[in-house]
Amino acid sequence: MNAEEAVLATAEAIAAGRDTSSDAKQYVSFAAGDEQYAVDIISVREIKGWTDVTSLPNQPDHVRGVLNLRGAVLPIIDLQCRLGGGLTETSPRHVIVIVAVDDRQVGLLVDAVSDILSASDERIQPVPETSGREDARVFSGFLTEEDQMVAMLDLPRLLGSEVLEGALHEQSELQ
Amino acid sequence: MNDFEQFKQTFFDECEELLQQFEDVAGTLKAGSNDPAGLDDMFRSVHSIKAGAGAFKFDRLVKFAHELENVMDRVRSGRMELAEGDPEFIMEAGDVLQDLVAAARGGVEAAAGLEDDALTRLQAMLAGGSAEAAAAEVEKADNEGGAGDFRIDFRPHRAMYETANEPQLLFHALAALGELSAVADLTRLPDLAKMQPDEGYVSWQIDLRGAPDRAAIEEVFEFVDGDCDLTIEPLTSVPASPVEAAVEEAVEAPDAKPVAKAENSGPAAVQSTSIRVELERVDQLVDMVGELVIAQAMALDSLSELVDIRHVKQLQALEDLTMRTRQLQEGVMAVRMQPLKALFQRFPRIVRDLSRKLGKSVRLELDGEATEVDKTIIEELSDPLTHMIRNCMDHGLETPEERQAAGKPEQGVVRLSAEHRNGRILIRVSDDGRGLNPEKVFNKAVENGLIDADAELSKEEIEALIFMPGFSTAAEISDVSGRGVGMDVVRRNIQKLGGRVTVESNEGEGSTFTLALPLTLAVLDGMLVSVAGERYVVPLSAIVETVCPEASAIRALPDGGTVMPLRGEAIRLIDLCQSMNLSRHGQPEPLRKLAVIVETEFGRRIGLVVDELLGQQQVVIKSLEANYRRIEGVAGTAILGDGRVRLILDIDGLAAMAGRNSDVSPKSGDTAKSEEATGGLSA
Repeated sequence: MNAEEAVLATAEAIAAGRDTSSDAKQYVSFAAGDEQYAVDIISVREIKGWTDVTSLPNQPDHVRGVLNLRGAVLPIIDLQCRLGGGLTETSPRHVIVIVAVDDRQVGLLVDAVSDILSASDERIQPVPETSGREDARVFSGFLTEEDQMVAMLDLPRLLGSEVLEGALHEQSELQ
Repeated sequence: MNDFEQFKQTFFDECEELLQQFEDVAGTLKAGSNDPAGLDDMFRSVHSIKAGAGAFKFDRLVKFAHELENVMDRVRSGRMELAEGDPEFIMEAGDVLQDLVAAARGGVEAAAGLEDDALTRLQAMLAGGSAEAAAAEVEKADNEGGAGDFRIDFRPHRAMYETANEPQLLFHALAALGELSAVADLTRLPDLAKMQPDEGYVSWQIDLRGAPDRAAIEEVFEFVDGDCDLTIEPLTSVPASPVEAAVEEAVEAPDAKPVAKAENSGPAAVQSTSIRVELERVDQLVDMVGELVIAQAMALDSLSELVDIRHVKQLQALEDLTMRTRQLQEGVMAVRMQPLKALFQRFPRIVRDLSRKLGKSVRLELDGEATEVDKTIIEELSDPLTHMIRNCMDHGLETPEERQAAGKPEQGVVRLSAEHRNGRILIRVSDDGRGLNPEKVFNKAVENGLIDADAELSKEEIEALIFMPGFSTAAEISDVSGRGVGMDVVRRNIQKLGGRVTVESNEGEGSTFTLALPLTLAVLDGMLVSVAGERYVVPLSAIVETVCPEASAIRALPDGGTVMPLRGEAIRLIDLCQSMNLSRHGQPEPLRKLAVIVETEFGRRIGLVVDELLGQQQVVIKSLEANYRRIEGVAGTAILGDGRVRLILDIDGLAAMAGRNSDVSPKSGDTAKSEEATGGLSA
């Protein structure tokens, strides 16, 4: 069983015990700084412990570097730092959540994986209109779970500026 | 997939090749006489498609192919000459054929009337030529003596049976041509115990009376050509009984025949020795070997403590393994190498179509089509090359009137050539058109805000401006090449392949664009260096030498950079620690600086200042862009023996960065030139 299947199996087990509605989706939630975040379980490819990365020159602080994942080179984004917090002080207990967006794989550095949540779309509250800052749009909604607000990450928006920009460039304009 | 579907699939795959073959030659056709070998190829392509299509009952395809085949047959046998406009039509007919094949492949009915026009013209061609043809046929028959009576010696080889050809069917086809009598020669049949069931032991002597002509007989054997010994001779002295004669011959001279056969076996030896493999499988193999190289490097790394006289045997074994791994890798990479022909052969058609559209007469010259390049590169080259050739024809070449006025031949020439040089491949696209007007280019660049009006640029630097984003010389956008896409996109696509593009131009004489590309995107010989605790890979091909300059010899420049002397030349130094924005965390700098002298694409030498050289290593290139974006100064990444990712430095990119950081005006010509120089690698 690979990591993805393991996560899915766990999710199913949890979902079976907790969820009542049939159209519920599963989310992987994790902690970064003092906050809880979640992404759709479908986009999670793998979860692995922190290892040293190779840093890249002249990149934003939240791009921690690149990592070799079975022959593929992935960028690692420090989630806390990306969302305006400080750089994460890494330790072997930190976790990299590898997510896939538009055929690209990216690692998110987080403190720990918290839970597998199961929620139907109605339970996800929209993000309140705020100052309209671009940063607010990296959340697609909030889920309240046991008195805690879990922010749903909009991965294309979160990663867009660095990771997906390259993808757009690669589409040849010559055709 | 059942067997039938499998056969169908194979048929369509073959069709693709056959159509390509057809188009290849079609592109070279001209009115009047043509190369007979090429015509034969075309005829055979259509014939094979027709035969296959018949088996699968694609009736429309069969009908069209049949008419086209008839026309091609007349042309190749010299019974019909191509008139003005016919070559273009035959190319169009090839398109129709392709559309019909595509429809059949997709399992859909082709648009009604798709082939009607072409079909009518083909039939008209056949009808027009028939009078002459009939005359020619009679003449031919006369020449060959005998009123259409032939003796055919037919000895099938094993290969013929292997390709599922059945002699009986050939006999049926022959019988349809005239009165047939055949004798089998069984003398070569061995004892049953020794008999190979799939060997061809039997040969036949066939007498055919009243056949239309030799060509008709040859056509019957068209498919088994090369897989059998075949002689067709006019039957002049008719023996009393062909059966007797044959038997006599067979009995009397059983030994004579094999000798004759040996002389004849030339064409039979020409057998296809290639196989069809899905690209994905090759890629998997390449990946696996890539991993193997990494694993082998890891093993070498971890066993490096064995370097000791007591372990000579182990070390030798390790060295052996290293060598073989490398050979294996080279072998696997070679599988991916393909001649550029597959790419180049698209261009005659593009040029022909475009010259008609532009009203310019253009000749395309191709050279070096046999040059082999990694398949991935070939695929990625298609768009940029097409664009460049269009550009040459649209903007480079003048109109026929302008050319006449300039005293040039009316027909313009676009040349596409390829060659290997220094482990790279050079592809040139040149034209003999008007060339770049430096003044115009300069003004345009100023107008578009790319440079300052008072910038002082050399001719080369001005020419390089055309690669800058936002630059387009076409006064108005034409539908041929000016869709708001410029040479900057060409440059970016070439850079993505780890290549560079440069232009050289003489006003009034034409321009030459040169693409320099790596042979393969997968591996690189690198030198591992360390600086401030980080490790980087420097492409070995760029390294000239390594020197340890005296601290006192290094001089500061007013712009903050430093230079050192090297045999009379002032070499600019680039501090890697600074370029890569590394901090030494309080660790002291090494006492003595080490400068790796590298050469940029333009032959300029610079020195990379590093702490230590760690050794030479072949690395498997991994794209950074697959999951991230391009970074200036970084050509790509490599996974080393310790499993960690290391960055491969882009020398020209680093030079550009250093040049920019120390330059007062960011808009100076140096930027334009160094912009031009940045390159990247991606696997």
